[in-house]
Amino acid sequence: MPSLGTSFGRGGATTFQQDLQNSDCIVIMGSNMAENHPVGFQWVMEARERGAQVIHVDPRFTRTSAMATKWVGIRAGSDIAFLGGIANYILQNDLHFDEYVKHFTNAPVIIEDTYADAEDLDGLFVGWDPEKGEYDPTLWQYEGMETHASAGQRESGFTPKGEQSGHGGAGGGLRHGEPPSEDLELKHPRCVFQLLKRHYQRYTPEFVSETCGCTVDEFVAVAEALVQNSGRERTSAFVYAVGWTQHTVGVQYIRSAAIIQQLLGNIGRPGGGVMALRGHASIQGSTDIPTLYNILPGYLPMPHTEGYGDLDNFVQANTSPTGWWGHFRAYWVSLMKAYFGEHATGENDWLFERLPRIDQDNSVYWTVQQMLQGKVKGYMIAGENPAVGNANGKATRLGLAKLDWLVVRDLVEIESASFWYDSPEIESGELVTKEIPTEVFFMPAAAHTEKDGSFTNTQRLLQWHWQAVEPKEDCRSELWFYFHLGKRIKAKLKDSKDKRDELVQFLQWDYPTHSQIQEPSAEAVLGEISGYETQTGAYLDGYPKLKDDGSTTCGCWIYSGVYKDGVNQAARKKPHWEQKSYVASEWAWAWPNNRHLLYNRASADPDGNPWSARKQYVWWNGEKWTGMDTPDFEETKAPDYVPPDGAKAEQAIAGNHPFVMQADGRSWLYVPQGLEDGPLPTHYEPHESPFDNPLYAQRANPRRQQNKDLALDPYNPVDGEPGAEIYPYVVTTYRLTEHHTAGGMSRSVNYLAELQPAMFCEVSPQLAAEVGLEHGGWATIYTARSAIEARVMVTDRIPPLTVRGRTTHQVGLPYHWGQRLLTAGDSANDLMHMALDPNVHIQEVKAATCGVKPGRRPRGKALTEFVAELRDQAHSRRDMAPRPEPEETRSTMPS
Amino acid sequence: MSSVLADLLQKTGAPAESHTYGDEQQQRVGFFTDTSVCIGCKACEVACKEWNMIPEDGLEWTGESYDNTSALGANTWRHVAFIEQDKPLHGNGDGTTGLRWLMESDVCKHCTHAACLDVCPTGALFRTEFGTVVVQEDICNGCGYCVPACPFGVLDKRHIASDANVGHKPDLAAGLGKKEDGRVWKCTLCYDRLKGGHEPACAKACPTKSIQFGPLDELRERADARLAKLHAEDWNGAQLYGRDPDDGVGGFGAFFLLLDDPEVYGLPPDPVVTTKHLGAMWENMAAAAAVFAVGIVGAFVGGRS
Amino acid sequence: MSVTKTGGELRSYYGRPVIKEPTWTWEIPVYFFTGGLSGASSVLSLSAKLFGNEKLARTSLYLGAAADVVSPALLVSDLGRPERFHHMLRVFKVTSPMNVGAWILFLNGGASNTAAVLELLGILRPVKLMAELVAALFGPPLATYTGVLVADTAVPVWHEARQELPWLFGASAAASAGAAACVFLAPEDAGPARRLAVGGVVAEGALVHAMQLRLGEVGEVYHQGQAGKLSWAAKSLAGTGALLLARRGKRSRRAAVLGGAMVCAGELCLRFAVFKAGFQSARDPKYTVGPQRERASRDGTKATTKPRGAAGAAARGT
Repeated sequence: MPSLGTSFGRGGATTFQQDLQNSDCIVIMGSNMAENHPVGFQWVMEARERGAQVIHVDPRFTRTSAMATKWVGIRAGSDIAFLGGIANYILQNDLHFDEYVKHFTNAPVIIEDTYADAEDLDGLFVGWDPEKGEYDPTLWQYEGMETHASAGQRESGFTPKGEQSGHGGAGGGLRHGEPPSEDLELKHPRCVFQLLKRHYQRYTPEFVSETCGCTVDEFVAVAEALVQNSGRERTSAFVYAVGWTQHTVGVQYIRSAAIIQQLLGNIGRPGGGVMALRGHASIQGSTDIPTLYNILPGYLPMPHTEGYGDLDNFVQANTSPTGWWGHFRAYWVSLMKAYFGEHATGENDWLFERLPRIDQDNSVYWTVQQMLQGKVKGYMIAGENPAVGNANGKATRLGLAKLDWLVVRDLVEIESASFWYDSPEIESGELVTKEIPTEVFFMPAAAHTEKDGSFTNTQRLLQWHWQAVEPKEDCRSELWFYFHLGKRIKAKLKDSKDKRDELVQFLQWDYPTHSQIQEPSAEAVLGEISGYETQTGAYLDGYPKLKDDGSTTCGCWIYSGVYKDGVNQAARKKPHWEQKSYVASEWAWAWPNNRHLLYNRASADPDGNPWSARKQYVWWNGEKWTGMDTPDFEETKAPDYVPPDGAKAEQAIAGNHPFVMQADGRSWLYVPQGLEDGPLPTHYEPHESPFDNPLYAQRANPRRQQNKDLALDPYNPVDGEPGAEIYPYVVTTYRLTEHHTAGGMSRSVNYLAELQPAMFCEVSPQLAAEVGLEHGGWATIYTARSAIEARVMVTDRIPPLTVRGRTTHQVGLPYHWGQRLLTAGDSANDLMHMALDPNVHIQEVKAATCGVKPGRRPRGKALTEFVAELRDQAHSRRDMAPRPEPEETRSTMPS
Repeated sequence: MSSVLADLLQKTGAPAESHTYGDEQQQRVGFFTDTSVCIGCKACEVACKEWNMIPEDGLEWTGESYDNTSALGANTWRHVAFIEQDKPLHGNGDGTTGLRWLMESDVCKHCTHAACLDVCPTGALFRTEFGTVVVQEDICNGCGYCVPACPFGVLDKRHIASDANVGHKPDLAAGLGKKEDGRVWKCTLCYDRLKGGHEPACAKACPTKSIQFGPLDELRERADARLAKLHAEDWNGAQLYGRDPDDGVGGFGAFFLLLDDPEVYGLPPDPVVTTKHLGAMWENMAAAAAVFAVGIVGAFVGGRS
Repeated sequence: MSVTKTGGELRSYYGRPVIKEPTWTWEIPVYFFTGGLSGASSVLSLSAKLFGNEKLARTSLYLGAAADVVSPALLVSDLGRPERFHHMLRVFKVTSPMNVGAWILFLNGGASNTAAVLELLGILRPVKLMAELVAALFGPPLATYTGVLVADTAVPVWHEARQELPWLFGASAAASAGAAACVFLAPEDAGPARRLAVGGVVAEGALVHAMQLRLGEVGEVYHQGQAGKLSWAAKSLAGTGALLLARRGKRSRRAAVLGGAMVCAGELCLRFAVFKAGFQSARDPKYTVGPQRERASRDGTKATTKPRGAAGAAARGT
């Protein structure tokens, strides 16, 4: 999210799956699309049928690879090297789409001379403070920019960063949307273009081959395919998923693709873009209307304890004077009206002062650690199974066992609800049922067929589903549960005089209900989310209509318009074959404002004409922007519009700058702020790796979150440290089509359970021979955290690679299994550590190290003893000569 | 073969275009399963099971690539096969990947000359107005003759208990203490959905149109074009299986585009409906019976003791 | 991993069967025996009557009738839905040897039991005669149709033996009927029965040999596993029994009884041997794939349609 947000303006896929049929070349990387998005994958197949190249770059040959025109095997955790190699290939050979790059990206912008690159500083960017463990991004800025002056603010720069940055996308402080210093010739040594060139110059094809394990020819073929299929007449697309995000440097993986797509001019164009594949049916919705601690609906930031003071300061800190974020205040106020109705007024600053604030990372893994320290009393789990899905499952389960109370809402009794009697820790004796204080409430949930509601899928499409049957017995929908819970809490606090209960009292909580069980009306909620005029109740048709004076109410500004004219736009069900084009604008509703392809003004050249007839999408017809989709641009803003001095918000964006959410209207090759780990992606090794960083002394992402003080999260020694040989193999986890995430919904259904009825590992014949594994037999896989067992699948689909002269073996693990339900088995994520990406706090389950031995694992106490013995051995060896991590001591702050 | 016999065989064997439906006769429909676009998602297996309320078919991990279903049977009417090969998809490969993963959704072939239908002694198996072959579960008495008659190993007897069948009430058999369902079950080409004007569940669920449903002659044309295209693109092993009405079962109602020989997928290379030889078998039997009778009479030559 | 080798070696899908083994259980081969016994006994009984051997006629009549009571019970027991046994007679269908056989059994069984009852009661002689005629008419079909039944499947060792099986089953039936009669008759009345038993065994031996010659590779199942053991038992028992009957059956009642019983046991084993052989040949894909692939390579096949201009990709594929 933050990568796409900072690069383009919105934290979401830039395109939609149906558009992939128009691609001339699709690179699927960090994704196993055929297996995990099988229905969306039909559009990739369509492209292939039309003659497109479909390239799958992945450590494993999967069902996606089987459909691809080319598969390139790489080492898990080496994607930035590969992608950087492509960027270098383009830059060194002048193969970029010149006109696009010059006008639509920030390539010409000159960067402040305080900037120093990782190439200059041996793997760190300028501004690294080892005491704080973070960067100072004021040293990365555009030349001539004013830094955001606001006393008492925690962060400098233009956007909130760290905890508040749900998706980035800003860059404020620009006078009239144009950076003060730029070189349209792209020659100035400190212009972004030249910085990029220097930054990537060591990412040669040979470097890629050495680091990733593919051959030079394979790599060059991919680079060539992209280059030949980009430009005016042809477009290429990137498709990625958690194979990229689940890394300690995950955000930079996606940034790498964003850079390539900008250089090749593929963003905002049909058949182009970066298709971020989010997996769960409504995972996009779960960040749009967030279940995350640090953002509010529409990616507005949660206020922080430090700084802001009053609403004005808060708004200023978060508003970009230019670009559509310039209307931040309107979005904010409208949200407050939705929450608190008449209680939020201009006089009380829309209750800003009363709002709860965050003061630090409160994400999942932080919470687990708080649980372990006994600081969390109660926990509610809804539609998730962290006992299986979280990295280092033991830490989570031990944490759950420290709660006073736990509520689990799900369709079946999942491992997270049954941990107190059947978790691996019960078997090992680390937990004893009678001694666990946690009171567990299992509240059965209604399925999607038993309630009205919407899903927001990976391409920002809100699709409505109607209830088909009433839920049985005590099963209830989420909406019912939280609505009635809220009502009861409100009732209990109704007479309270405690100030801190006021917000609950002020909550506007009066949705109509129906049916015997008093199900709240989902459509009423949707209508509020879409927004209406506060006084009249008249539905608004989009976020441009939102005001900051309380006259509008809107639960989520990016969804504004989904209930336009009082009609549930998300419930439209006209099939695409009955519509004008494949864009199918009359099926459901995509945010923002039913735009399917974002930044689509970029499908036309700076003058507003399509780059080519073959790739026309949206264009200027002399009076307005028109075409196959809602233009992602002000309808009547001419291509030659030049913003006057002092122009604000969207009026500060020129007519030839398509990225309207960005302060300078351009896509960002170089991201001056908004990301924790650097303005440019650079290759870092995974937190646990059998390889040292070939480029720098800085081995891994300096900013990655680690838990060095947590006994429960020990790490394997890494390359260069004695003891690494105990965990010599690369291990990666993944999904299978047949199961769903942590298995609650699939291991409990016999039709799915029988399709993949056992936990297994995938190993090459060579690795099997080395370790002594037999196909169909058992293997025990272990790390410093834990050990699991799995059936052995010996296959050529996960071949050993030659990396830096050494044969590298990889072990593949599906992660669906837990101890109960129709098919049970050990959980792969129990092996994983809790080192995280610093921007989004996502665990690195895609690349780590492990050891393997034949046979089943020890049971009971013997399991923990087995794990501890190996770990102690590894650690004592390491302690003889531990590898220093430079980020702990080196500073790159200017003296 | 005598013409009376041939005539009788002709009538009861009932090829696709039956003459008994009159006005209710529909165009013959079937499946064209194009394995070159199968992504092995198994949506077809699940959709079929859900629609037809088929019981679970065993939770055994086979290690046979991603196929834990193994074969068609009473409780599996769509089965996706997986074969990993050290061989490229196209031509000789471009020197990089010599790996391909074949995936195929197998199903009852709804043969033009269906051995199962021919041998069924109760008339439970019949040819529908759509040209498909269906078992009437209220008539089947579980004699099991169709099971070894099928050259593809499609049918089997359902051994699990009646009341374990999702949605089926226990009935007289269970009442008599017979625990098993005991009947033979197989793909009906979603006869009930066809009657409602819908396509079968598997075809509807297939995301890549690997399973195509429609009038059989249309499908055959499409398949011919597809084969030509794959040939032009130098796909290894591309071939149609069961498309030709002159094959040993008169052409399949559900035919395939495969990327290797049929036996690689567990299919017979040259299936022939057993009924083809039945005329000769009856004649042979008549001769044997006659000689048998003569032989017994002949035993009386030589006196009483 | 898939058992896929190139270059002419036999390929299969993980060694799994191509066709399904029958779902029939032990009742069926026993029925082959009892049905064959009935069918042959009907003819034997009528012939004996015609040749004036009333004792043999009556013994055979009762043996046949008893077998005709057991036979349907066995068949009904094997059904998945035994209460629906009567569905067998819903239709008359020549493409279904099982259906035709059900009618044959119905008629022969009905007739032979009618005759037996009437014989026992000593009444309605004309009706009894009619019944005996009907039984004898359907006797030969009853004894031989089961060979057609098993051959009319995709089971390689049965279908490929379709020429021999009805004859083999007929010979076995004749031997059984003769041998069974020997057990219950004094040797001086049992001459034809004895001759029938021995002749049947000899004919059977010759037919088994002929069958093996035709079967080729798939015939090896008769030498392996359970089918192998049963074949051996059949040969030994029937052969020894026949020898005993031939050499000593005329003079010694005990030899006759033993010999007759051994021949019957042998014939039962023969039915079981054929039965098991079928399962074994169904189980191993090579028996289905091998001959078909060979036939396809030799004569071409319309089962697969290769692209035109099949040199190149498609040829490389095979």
